[in-house]
Amino acid sequence: MSASRRVAGACGRAALAGSLLWGTVAQAAFELNMTPGATAVSRDVYHLHMTIFWICVAIGVVVFGVMFWSIYHHRKSRGAVPAQFHESTAIEIAWTVVPVMILVGMAIPATRTLVAMEDTSNPDLTVKITGYQWKWRYEYLQDGVSFYSNLKTSAQQMHGEAPKGEHYLLEVDKPLVLPVGKKVRLLTTAADVIHSWWVPALAIKKDAIPGFINEVWTRIDTPGTYRGQCAELCGKDHGFMPIVIVALNDADYAKWLADTKASLAAEADSANRTWDRAELMKKGAEVYQTCAACHQANGEGLPGVFPPLVKGKPFSGSEEMLKPLRERGLLAADNTIAAVSVEQQAAVILKGIPGTAMAAFGPQLGDVEVAALLTYIRNSWGNDLGDVVQPAAIKALR
Amino acid sequence: MSATTAHDTHHDDHAAPRGLMRWLTTTNHKDIGTLYLLFSLTMFFVGGSFALVIRAELFQPGLQIVNPHFFNQMTTMHALVMIFGAVMPAFVGLANWLIPMMVGAPDMALPRMNNWSFWIMPFAFTLLLSTLFMDGGGPAGGWTLYPPLSLQTGAAFPFVILSIHMMGVSSVMGAINVIATILNMRAPGMTLMRMPLFVWTWLITAYLLIAVMPVLAGAVTMLLTDKYFGTSFFNAAGGGDPVMFQHIFWFFGHPEVYIMILPAFGIVSQIIPTFARKPLFGYASMVYATASIAFLSFIVWAHHMFTVGMPLAGELFFMYATMLIAVPTGVKVFNWVATMWRGSMTFETPMLFAIAFVVLFTIGGFSGLMLAIAPADFQYQDTYFVVAHFHYVLVPGAIFSIMAAAYYWLPKWTGHRYDEKLGRLHFWCSAIGVNVLFFPQHFLGLAGMPRRIPDYALQFTEFNMISSVGAFMFGFSQLIFLYVVIKCIRGGEPAGDRVWEGAHGLEWTLSSPPPHHSFQTPPEIKEAEAHS
Ligand code: HEC
Ligand SMILES: [Cu+2]
Repeated sequence: MSASRRVAGACGRAALAGSLLWGTVAQAAFELNMTPGATAVSRDVYHLHMTIFWICVAIGVVVFGVMFWSIYHHRKSRGAVPAQFHESTAIEIAWTVVPVMILVGMAIPATRTLVAMEDTSNPDLTVKITGYQWKWRYEYLQDGVSFYSNLKTSAQQMHGEAPKGEHYLLEVDKPLVLPVGKKVRLLTTAADVIHSWWVPALAIKKDAIPGFINEVWTRIDTPGTYRGQCAELCGKDHGFMPIVIVALNDADYAKWLADTKASLAAEADSANRTWDRAELMKKGAEVYQTCAACHQANGEGLPGVFPPLVKGKPFSGSEEMLKPLRERGLLAADNTIAAVSVEQQAAVILKGIPGTAMAAFGPQLGDVEVAALLTYIRNSWGNDLGDVVQPAAIKALR
Repeated sequence: MSATTAHDTHHDDHAAPRGLMRWLTTTNHKDIGTLYLLFSLTMFFVGGSFALVIRAELFQPGLQIVNPHFFNQMTTMHALVMIFGAVMPAFVGLANWLIPMMVGAPDMALPRMNNWSFWIMPFAFTLLLSTLFMDGGGPAGGWTLYPPLSLQTGAAFPFVILSIHMMGVSSVMGAINVIATILNMRAPGMTLMRMPLFVWTWLITAYLLIAVMPVLAGAVTMLLTDKYFGTSFFNAAGGGDPVMFQHIFWFFGHPEVYIMILPAFGIVSQIIPTFARKPLFGYASMVYATASIAFLSFIVWAHHMFTVGMPLAGELFFMYATMLIAVPTGVKVFNWVATMWRGSMTFETPMLFAIAFVVLFTIGGFSGLMLAIAPADFQYQDTYFVVAHFHYVLVPGAIFSIMAAAYYWLPKWTGHRYDEKLGRLHFWCSAIGVNVLFFPQHFLGLAGMPRRIPDYALQFTEFNMISSVGAFMFGFSQLIFLYVVIKCIRGGEPAGDRVWEGAHGLEWTLSSPPPHHSFQTPPEIKEAEAHS
């Protein structure tokens, strides 16, 4: 026993030393618990969580207390003589009934909170949230404003080639902006696979399911920035589709809404003019970030999963993957990527390839974006097709 | 493990095959039990190495070791291998070895089917593991196989489904065998209410298996037809419903959780009385509690789905039903503590694992109760809090009970005592390692870290590092177990028939190792050997 005690002690010390060491290596605070959050509902949930936690602790102290007392006193080495009792109906009934009463005590506040959470009636504002592999789209249904929200953290930061910022992986290009003090109804759905929209500070986690619409509501108390993440495994970049909410007071919110409307209108206008090649290449590189998750930043794809976008590069994969590519003339007979026309390539991007991970990007991307994308793809990574594709051409293809 | 010795006492008139053919063709419950246990141990190390890949990647923020797609394959495979390859076969192996000896039978009721149900497993897992090398890699959509995501799996998909079917067939055959043996082959006087609890828990587990494995088979077959034959069971665009898959899956999945814990309850109920030298407290209530848990396990499935958007009434029903499970589970824990109370305890390795089981499983039970509270579950669902919860009930729960069982019955199986010092060393390293590994995951989940992500925000760094250190501690400690087992098989002090001073039950009246056919003539059941 003493030998194993020594070893156990050594194991324990090693663990402790290890944890202290790592603790000092990294700086950030040890976060232990749920936070009360920013809404009345989230505070209720927090208190419910703490109540149940403390009840469990109390039960644990009693049960483990009795057990360890017994382990200490009723051991053979202390000369304990075993009793022979093995039944007691009274005790059995007691420890069935008492837990039931404790459970009823827990169920009452839990039911109250749940009923409040499910009451989505009379909202001041409704936002529809759509999950995509791997980004979110927000549509303000009353105001006709909509945009996509993408991860802003760079691949360099993930691969340790650039220092990680304060909000590493929890930062987006365009946050969801909401007014404080208003009852906001959120509708969640998805375009491809199931996602789950989770913001801990609002105590909201709701699955976004393709073909179905779920609803939840929130009323944020204080202006501020609240961060969350997708909580349902949704494929390769599930860990990389954060949520950022910026809550503004009424005046700031109204100004943000006006500005956003104006810039969306300007963008729509720009589809009518002719773009030069440099502009398109620059914009195309930005838009291509959407595609890089699968086709990779260098356009070479991933063997067996995502095909390259570079003509002449080989692609091998299962027959179900290769067949639709061949049918569309995208893959040559020797299983290399074919050089295709703007129309052929635009059709893939706009309509997608049904039954594969290649989604239809037509509804997501504007004419300018698709035109820029095509120009960029056709003139990068060794593709030298030389085309300059104009937004007007895309409009005609839709 | 009784390989050589059992052979000496083998008096059948046919010439028994030797070498590999002996193991391929064996219909002996002990041989098949041994095969199951060795297979399970192998899968435990395979699944464990997948877990170490996961924990190595999560040691610090950033993408260091594997890419996200491979990471998802590791989480998916880790779960499938551990559940279907390590935990379930270990319990079937124990059932094979012990049930005939405990009920006073010569062998299992259906020996040829027994052989078949084992030999399906190596093929099923070769198939499953081979998918890692296929175009597009292995399954990466999580072991829950939720569509539409699982339908994005590449060439591996039909192979994964086929391997799941094979595992299901094997489990159902094993379960039929257990039921047939228990109901038909008990020695005279071994009434149902005199059976050891391990036999009782397995009888109930076997019914659960028969009830739910076909449900899983149905669900994955529908996935297959959705992907290859144009059906739309789970495709909203074709009039189907992706959430329906989750209902079907968890109708299998929740009883499955109890399939992995009820036999553990049985094992612990055998071990604690032995080392407390006192009869099990509340035998009858233990049986009724097991049956209640099994019944409740069929009406709580949607607590895995509180966030899918159920009607309020549904959420309330599943919340209340789930909370109710705490009652029979509590009864069990109280009974174990009452068994220890005023006993005369010693703390050999099986007892250490059994006590750790009671404490740590209860902690997993507490977090389970918290998860049952639907409004709070919205915050816990799909975070590391859930990961911590189910690993507490599965690792220091199910797996510790399997370790306890191995140490408890190894001397009976092999005829040799194992190295007690090394056994205790293994216990302490495992017990500390497992807590360093999983306890911080509670904090991670509450602080907001989702599960199944290959990279995380900076505030989660410290606890992930601690957890990873614990993972490697725990993982490498299992090599001690491997060494102890091999050493014990190869030799050691003679164990004696009774092995443990306080042991009661028919298996201890047999020689160590037991004869090839356990009880050739039905034993007489003395009061002292009944239900301990
Ligand atoms: C979710 C992953 C994913 C994303 C994001 C994605 N694709 Fe694809 N893409 C695929 C897959 C998978 C295929 C092959 C489908 C098949 O096997 O039939 C494909 C095929 C293609 C093809 C035809 C084959 C080839 O290599 O030329 C083109 C062109 C293409 N994608 C362009 C794009 C563009 C442009 C974007 C960005 C707007 C994009 N993809 C975004 C997964 C993706
Ligand atoms: Cu997602």
